[in-house]
Parts: sequence; C-alpha cells; structure tokens
Amino acid sequence: MSKSNFVIAVYVENKYGVLTRVTSMFTRRGFNIDSLTVGETENPDYSRITISLSGTNSDRMQLLSQLKKLYNVRKVEVISAESGIKRELLLIKIRTTTETRAEIRDVIDIFRAKIIDYSTEAMCIEITGDTNKVDAFIDNMKPFGIIEMCRTGIVALERGPQSMLEK
Amino acid sequence: MKISGAEIVVETLIEQDIKTIFGYPGATVIDIYDQLLKKNDRIEHVLTAHEQGAAHAADGYARATGEVGVVLATSGPGATNLVTGIATAHLDSVPLLAITGNVATDMIGSDAFQEIDITGVTLPITKHNFLVHDVEDLADTIREAIRIAKSGRPGPVLVDIPKDIQKQLCEFTPGPRIEKGSNPPAKDEDVKRAAGMIAEAGRPYIYFGGGAVRADAGDLITELADKIDAPIGCSMMGLSELPTDQPRFLGMQGMHGHYASSKAMAKSDLIIGVGVRFSDRATGNIDRFSAGARKIQIDIDQAELGKNVEIDLGAACDICDFLRKLIDTVEEKKNPNWMIKIEKLKAQEAEQELPDFLPEKAIKAVSNMIDTDTEIVTDVGQHQMWTAQYFEFKKKRTWISSGGLGTMGFGMGASIGASYGSGKRSVLFTGDGSFGMNLTELATAVTYNVPLTIIVFNNGVLGMVRQFQTLFYDKAYSNTTLNRKTDFVKLAESFGAKGFRAQNEEEFKKAFAEAYECEGPALIDLSIDKDSVVLPMMRPGGTFDKLILGEED
Repeated sequence: MSKSNFVIAVYVENKYGVLTRVTSMFTRRGFNIDSLTVGETENPDYSRITISLSGTNSDRMQLLSQLKKLYNVRKVEVISAESGIKRELLLIKIRTTTETRAEIRDVIDIFRAKIIDYSTEAMCIEITGDTNKVDAFIDNMKPFGIIEMCRTGIVALERGPQSMLEK
Repeated sequence: MKISGAEIVVETLIEQDIKTIFGYPGATVIDIYDQLLKKNDRIEHVLTAHEQGAAHAADGYARATGEVGVVLATSGPGATNLVTGIATAHLDSVPLLAITGNVATDMIGSDAFQEIDITGVTLPITKHNFLVHDVEDLADTIREAIRIAKSGRPGPVLVDIPKDIQKQLCEFTPGPRIEKGSNPPAKDEDVKRAAGMIAEAGRPYIYFGGGAVRADAGDLITELADKIDAPIGCSMMGLSELPTDQPRFLGMQGMHGHYASSKAMAKSDLIIGVGVRFSDRATGNIDRFSAGARKIQIDIDQAELGKNVEIDLGAACDICDFLRKLIDTVEEKKNPNWMIKIEKLKAQEAEQELPDFLPEKAIKAVSNMIDTDTEIVTDVGQHQMWTAQYFEFKKKRTWISSGGLGTMGFGMGASIGASYGSGKRSVLFTGDGSFGMNLTELATAVTYNVPLTIIVFNNGVLGMVRQFQTLFYDKAYSNTTLNRKTDFVKLAESFGAKGFRAQNEEEFKKAFAEAYECEGPALIDLSIDKDSVVLPMMRPGGTFDKLILGEED
C-alpha cells in the first residue's frame, strides 16, 4: 500500500502528562512521526497538538482511532491537503563572507525570509512557510555553509470561519 | 463532616458496591488498610501472598462476575508487582481498578524509599491512569476510574494516591452507583450492507470472541446463525459463551483450534466477526488468512476494525444492537451444500480423536462430574489448550483464562478471585510449569478456606515450548526439562491443603470426586506423558490449509 504524508490536529486537555500519553501511544503502536508541535489554543482548557507523519491509509485510520480512545483527547481531525493552512518556522545560522553576503541577501529576498542576527562571519535567518518552501530555502543555503538550524515542525489550521472544537 | 482521604477511598468503593477487594499492605497504604479494618463489616479484603496474585485475583473476580475487580497495593515494589496482572487484564479487556499508594506529594520525583512512577510504568498497559494531586478530587477520580474501567471496551484503570492525600481531610458525600455508559447504536446502513453481504454469501461463518462474552451476545449469535444457516466458531476468549454441544457450534478455531472450526473458517466466503480482533494466534499468516472470504467485523472499539486483517465492512457499535437489527433485517436463507461440508468436517474431526489420551480423559471426566456453573480457570500452556479443546462448557462466563498476554502464573490468583466472584467452588487446570510460578497463593486459598480444586498436569517439562522444540527445533530441548523434585502432594499438605496423586484415568476420577467434595482447597497431581502434544496445530505464521494433525506431520 502506498504511503502519503498527512497532518493531524488534536485537541487535548491542557493537563500535566497528556503529551506523554499521546507520544507514548505513538511509540507503542509503532507510528513514526515526522514532526510534532504543541501549544496553547483559543481555549485555555485545551492544548493543540499538530502531528505530521507519513503512512498508508490504514495507518492513518488506526492512528485516528487510537488517538480518539485516549481519555484526555477531546477532538481529532485530519487537516485536508486542499483546505488546510500549514506553516512552520525555521531559524538558520549561515556562514557568510564578503563575497557571499550579497548573494545570500538575494535568496533571502526571494524567499521573503528575515535576517534577525548579523555579524561579520555569520547571519541568523528566520523564515516561515509550508514545508516545501522551508526545504527549498535550506537547499539554497547549503552551499554557503549551514552552522546550525532549528525547525518548529508544522502547525496547521483549516480555512473557513469555524473552530475545530466547535465543529 | 470531613473525613480523611484514606476513608474516602474505602467509602467510595463501598458506595460503588464493591464487596471484595484483593491486596497487600505496605507503608504508603497503611491509612487505607486502617480504614479497611474499621469498615470490614461492609467491605472484605483478601490478603494474598504476593501483589501479582492479588491482581490476578481481582481479574478473575471481574471475569466471573462481569463487575469491576479491585486490587490494592503499596508504592514501589507493591505497585510494580501488579504490572503483569494489569497487563493481563489489559490484553483481555477486563474491568479492573488498581489502587496504589505513593510517597507524599512533596517527595515525588526524589527517588524516595519505595517511590516509583507507577502511572508512567503502567501508561501503555492501562485504559487510563490517574495520579491524584488533590484530596478534593479523590472520590470523583475513583468514580471516574470505575466508569472508564467498565464502559465501552472494558479495561484496567490505575489510581495512584500519594500518602499525604490519604491523610488530608475533605467533605465526602456518597454518590450513586456508576453504571456502564450506553454504547453507540448500530447504523442502519451498516446493518443493511451486512444483510446484503450475507444474502450474496453461500458459505457464511460466524466468528466471535471475548467481546461477545463481555456483551452477553451468545443468544443473539445463535439466533443469527439459525436464520442465515451458518456454522459458528470462536476465538479462545469466546469460550463458554455458547454451550459446547450447541449444534451449530464448531468450537474454538486458531493455532490449536478444533479442526472443523478452523477448516470451516478457511473455506467460508463470508466471515462475520463479532467482538474479535483477529489475533495472530487465531489467524496465522495474515496475508494468506481466509483470502477468499469477505469479512464483516463488529466491535465496540473502532480501533480494532481492520487493525489486523483487512475487512470489507466494519461497525464500531453495540454488538447486541447490531445483531438484533441484523436478525430483523436479513432474509432467512439456507445453505445446504455448505452445511453438508460442515458435517463432513465434523466427521473428519471425530476420526482424529486420539485413543486413550489422558489429558482429554481427565478434562472430560471433570466436565461430567461438576456443577455446570463451576468456573473453569486455567494457567497458560498445553493444559490450557487441552482444556479449551475438550472441556464441555454448559453455562456462560465459566471459562477464565489469560488469552492475549498468555500469562503463566495467572491461574492461582484468578481461580481464588473466581471463587469469590461466583461464591462457589472453582476448578483450576494448571501445569507444573505455570503452577510453579505463583503457587504461593496456595497459602491464600488455605487461609481463607477458598473452595478450589487444583489439577496439576504434571509432565516434568514446559510442555508447550517443548512441543515447539520437538516440531521446529530438532528436538533440542533447551531449558524446558524441569528436573525438579517437587512433590506437589506434600507441597499442598505443607500449605495446609489436601493433596491427591493420580497416574491414570481411574485414579484421577477417584481423586477428583474426593477433592471436589473438600471444603477448602485441594490439589491433584496428575502425571502425564512428557511427550503429549496439543493437536491440531497450525505452524506459527502458517495457514489453516496445512494443519499438523499427528506427529507424523
């Protein structure tokens, strides 16, 4: 069966130990996660976990069912490819020289990224976008020399006026 | 009036109609034990020899009654000793409440004496667990734990209570008994599709498991089978839900299942799974399992649908509601050719009977000699499979065995719990290997004068593993020969129980007649041949087309 990427949003009770319960289930059931983010939501009683992973259709069904069984999970939804907005943030530190600096700034402009720290040997750049855009930006930075980088993983919302909790 | 957290624990259990709990005291549960003593006219505590025995006893109690079984243990080693018992209940969906003490809140995380993160340890083997942070939440946490344990697909829930919480005072108002929540009803469209698939099928086969036992669905399964003219088989966990002599019932299928049942499943063109997870022990090679058959799976747990085998229709709902609606919707039909085939399979199975097979003779003798509602408990191994194959069940909920986890050592605790649950004598079939694991619970059975007849199939080997070694490892018997000199009769006597010895069918019958009439526990040491094997057998990862039927296979 063919594998595809999908993003799942999970509303969980904003309580001690809940993230462990969710991630422990992934480990136990053998799901391999590409990225996982967690943060506050519009409702202080709930946190939102966004999980990105690849798997078959039956993997996805199994993951959704297992998530729904967890006591502290309030709501689970797949963010659809069409109507979902997916973003991640990258912080990346690039080696610079007098020769490369201008070229790097061109790439930054094209990708609408932002320089947030600057010194004679390096600069730190911030970029947000979907995974493809961030991947492409990293590819463009590689030749200059990446000192270190850090990605947040995907956060995602559905387009439209309603909240997932109310749906 | 304000009462202590420890008193709240006991009062909440009493409020929830819990009559018997099993456990073992220790430093962090002394306060709860103090309350148990004060209230022992309203709730009974059974002290086992080991926490594992207590967990299995609570499990056996739950399986015999259908109610929540409760086990209590102290922090640290007390709590970790529960782990195998909790995991056993988890894999077999048994409603179990485990209450543990823990060190005081301000000590948690400091590696204090007998401190362990038991909610962390039991995370993957409980339906849910709680660490109580505030005495105000204590009563409601226990109530919620009981609700979770018994609702939907049942399972174990652990509540960890730090010692300071047990000492703090709090208002307590008794609440109502928590009943099982109602399950989601069957969807009409699913029922219609199932009826359509049945109409198209020529060789339907109904396959049920532990979910059908929990839902008490046996009568509806029979009714459906009669209406659509189908044979019935079950997984090991489904045993006793239908009487063994029910004409449509072919018995347990699977790795050591009945020939006719396993073959019928392999030859059917529609498998209707009711409360079963199609476990690897029941299906063999998943990719080649009943490839020609369409499959319907009805289960209360959405996550079971299509988890192990691909299915054509899945319904996550109340099993009984689905069956009732399906019986009303489906057209009555006859499958004469299929039923002729089934009769042939039954005849072939009858021909395979081994002459003079002592385990079979002993089990059948017990079938005929006991009250029909006696709880039959087993440990894990060859004796378990023989009992599953040969025992003639007549009443529901009389089969108690560790299926999913396959826990050797389950039997002693579970049979004590079963006796408490049923209020009657239980019979435990065990082997010298399994019995050796938790035989200390004989002390419990003697102390409380538990009506229990223990039959040890003594072959001096770990028979099931030895059987694998015989068949698949060139008879290289690595560590399966028990060169022990234990005299089980003397052992039973030294614990204060009656002991009997038997070498053949006649001696066994005589010993059993006497042992069964004993007031408290009695043990029969039945010598069997070390090369007795469980047949038929499907090779691990094999298919039902190629069952091993005799030693020449």
